[in-house]
Amino acid sequence: MKPKVATVWLGGCSGCHMSFLDMDERLIELADKIELVYSPIADVKHFPKDVDVALVEGAVSNVENEEMARIIRRSSKFVLSFGDCATTGNVTAMRNQFSPDEIMHRAYVELADGDPTIPSEFTTIAKLLPQAKPLHEIIKVDAFLHGCPPTPDQIWFAISELLAGRTPELPNVYLRYG
Amino acid sequence: MSLTKTITIEPVTRIEGHAKITIHLDDKGSVSDARFHVNEFRGFEKFCEGRLMWEMPGITSRICGICPASHLVTSAKAGDDILAIGIPETAEKLRRMLTLGQWTQSHALSFFHLSSPDFLLGFDSEPAKRNIFGLMDGHKDFIRRGIRLRKFGQEIIETLGGRRIHTPWAVAGGVREPLGVKERDHLLTWIPEAKETTFLALDTLKKIHEKFAQDIPNYGNFRSLYVGLVGEDGRLEYYGGKLRVRDGNGNTIADQLEPREYQKYFGEHSETWSYLKFPYYKPLSYKKGMYRVGPLARLNVCDYIETPLAEAERKVFNGLTGNLDVMNNSFYYHYARLIEILFAVEKIEMLLNDPVILSEDIRSKAMINRREGVGVCEAPRGVLFHHYHVDDDGVIQKVNMLIATAQNNLAMNRTIRQLAMQYLDGATITEGLLNRIEAGIRCYDPCLSCSTHAIGQMPLLVQLVDAGNKVVAERRRR
Ligand code: SF4
Repeated sequence: MKPKVATVWLGGCSGCHMSFLDMDERLIELADKIELVYSPIADVKHFPKDVDVALVEGAVSNVENEEMARIIRRSSKFVLSFGDCATTGNVTAMRNQFSPDEIMHRAYVELADGDPTIPSEFTTIAKLLPQAKPLHEIIKVDAFLHGCPPTPDQIWFAISELLAGRTPELPNVYLRYG
Repeated sequence: MSLTKTITIEPVTRIEGHAKITIHLDDKGSVSDARFHVNEFRGFEKFCEGRLMWEMPGITSRICGICPASHLVTSAKAGDDILAIGIPETAEKLRRMLTLGQWTQSHALSFFHLSSPDFLLGFDSEPAKRNIFGLMDGHKDFIRRGIRLRKFGQEIIETLGGRRIHTPWAVAGGVREPLGVKERDHLLTWIPEAKETTFLALDTLKKIHEKFAQDIPNYGNFRSLYVGLVGEDGRLEYYGGKLRVRDGNGNTIADQLEPREYQKYFGEHSETWSYLKFPYYKPLSYKKGMYRVGPLARLNVCDYIETPLAEAERKVFNGLTGNLDVMNNSFYYHYARLIEILFAVEKIEMLLNDPVILSEDIRSKAMINRREGVGVCEAPRGVLFHHYHVDDDGVIQKVNMLIATAQNNLAMNRTIRQLAMQYLDGATITEGLLNRIEAGIRCYDPCLSCSTHAIGQMPLLVQLVDAGNKVVAERRRR
């Protein structure tokens, strides 16, 4: 059985996922080695129960991100904090100096024309948490991959190590933010 | 008790709960409304306040990992406007090339990585396989070519900017690094393969048009306005130019509008049920002012394309519109996207062969000369505006951004409603309905990380909910 890999997109820009796709032709090799069981680029709706490795992009920014983070932890053997937003909060956490009300007010009242309307139907849309947080403040993570985004070589290295049954110990060249 | 019902389509995975669709039925069971709810909000417009104008290209490219180069260039252009200077010819040509590299990689992603699983495996194939990895048995060569076409676009960006995603290369006044001879020569070696792959994609899509000929008329087929940049002579633009607006009958209703005055022409409405705003063309009212942007709109508003292969293909496209001169059917976004890749590859070749591209005169320097600046650019999904107010030191006071995907918001809602009206059979939620709604949204290639966060395919949970919030029917696809 091929190891089951999931990739998840929380409060981020998708750049970490795009960097994953930037592995280019190596993706074809990867397809022989893993089963991609859940991902924004795939079609499966529920996070499966028995995931071997989950790569999680983005900070935990709203109530649905938080719920998803817990589901990922419950259902995965190994959780990789994927990129700077997941690892430090990064750009997604730049809003933390303001309250959710202040940023919503700017976007939907001060910049509105006509009737200002603030999105508030929280049965259909997710409520912002007071602060966007790095993933490890919400759940235990097993390793971190730095970079905004991590480079394709870094991602390839980390996945190869994980497939070989080792926790990726990143060489110094990969230890950078931004 | 009212018999009004709501059907909720909740794509939990693909967009990690960032978007959701509800279909509302009246008491006779007919579709009364459909809503595309966007779930994600990051607040860039607020937290950029207090940052330096010079940092904005680097910060705002983090709005989106799919089209960061478009945000980068648009932000740098807003900076040029604040400095109130022209930039060197080479800098403009290099930024143009970056923009076209961005189009190529993003459009290749949309077609090969995201939409082709439906096209090649079929809308009703096993969902677990229906992704780029699933295509690797059986369609390996096709997918390898697609991966390489996207790689070509990314290599343009990497060669110019030093990295593929979130390069800080463009700045107010120009760009940071010139293009070297060796790098230029290397990029030129890609051109024949990139053209060949684009023609392969075009052939594949034309077969799809035949295969789905009966369905296609229902995919967002309605008149609306179209907005895009055109040159002074009406050519397809992507970096400079001014705005043209055409209506659904092909009449030009406004032309050569100054991008800096966009707020005069475009209003932004919001609703309680979505974080994504609803821009509209102000001279008409909200909803009547519904307009589409992006590849379909750009081909609809331009008079011609300056490169020969793309222009020949544009004429074929135009021939499909009957006597209207505009294509009102959103399924043809796919076709328009491929024509734009062809244009991008041809134009990149021209730019690379232009000797001025190697000049090292790439940056003009100036102080803050205006307190306000607007940048505009055609991002892959449509026209993008950045608008900054600064103080005398260049510290950002206020930011407004009008994002491409948001400008298609009204049209996406309308498309879902059209598909629901056509395919919803009583209160039964069929697989066919789910498939078609997915495919309908995907026509717009919504770059939901700019605004919402959705790529790829949409796994669905559809619930039929009565007025008392009781689930009366449910269907899910895994
Ligand atoms: S770490 Fe950077 S690339 Fe990754 S999601 Fe965050 S902003 Fe985007």
